[in-house]
Amino acid sequence: MVHTIRYKNSFPIEGGNFDEAGVVSLRVKSILKDMGFLGETQRRVAIVAYESELNIISYARSGHITLRISPQEIRIDAEDEGPGIDDIELAMKDGYSTATDRIREMGFGAGMGLSNIKRCSDTFEITSESNKGVHLRILIDAN
Amino acid sequence: MKLSRLVEILDATVLTGEDQLNIEVKTAFSADLMSDVLAFAKPKSLILTGLTNPQVVRTASILDSAAIVIVRGKKPPAETVGLAKELNIPIISTKYILFETSGRLYMNGMVGCVKKIGG
Repeated sequence: MVHTIRYKNSFPIEGGNFDEAGVVSLRVKSILKDMGFLGETQRRVAIVAYESELNIISYARSGHITLRISPQEIRIDAEDEGPGIDDIELAMKDGYSTATDRIREMGFGAGMGLSNIKRCSDTFEITSESNKGVHLRILIDAN
Repeated sequence: MKLSRLVEILDATVLTGEDQLNIEVKTAFSADLMSDVLAFAKPKSLILTGLTNPQVVRTASILDSAAIVIVRGKKPPAETVGLAKELNIPIISTKYILFETSGRLYMNGMVGCVKKIGG
């Protein structure tokens, strides 16, 4: 189904820049609010954006999050350039993590991120190519 | 429970958000892992944690949390308190350890965001 896009923007994210972790997601959340999405929809989009942003910062060289808003749904694409994920099935398991000490010191890297993104999404797709990167495609119904 | 009552129970100090002590809070989540907070915390809940970095504040803001309680008397950096002020999230600091903090609040009627995972 083709939806009328009311908003589209792409936000760059720098790998390893932990100080800025969450800045893009809070911006995404505020855009949703400005466009009248409140409560559970806004919260789910914010969580999905934040987990995706944390993944790019933690594991990739660089990446970006693209936000598309239509009256029916919110789409988030999180694409990065980095090592990619060799075993997606394993990476989706709760508790599986390849996080470094730096990531864990910040309180992240518990291996909950991808499954949390899936849980908060209505449609979730993950593709990855080794030594190229990861692409997450997420749809959340706007209701 | 009003945040003002929580401050009394925990013999706590309000680091930012003095103007929001009338907020009513019913649920809390205790963790030093923000990954778990993101996966399990409910909106309008308290986050009880020993972490003090600015990511705690961003996590709280993403989740629409009511307030952050920093346990074990840890002092958050000025950057964390400044960000909390900007994002309008109260930070309350107590010297009680995480177990005591949770127990004291529970005894006074506060409950967890979830009782059991999957239950």
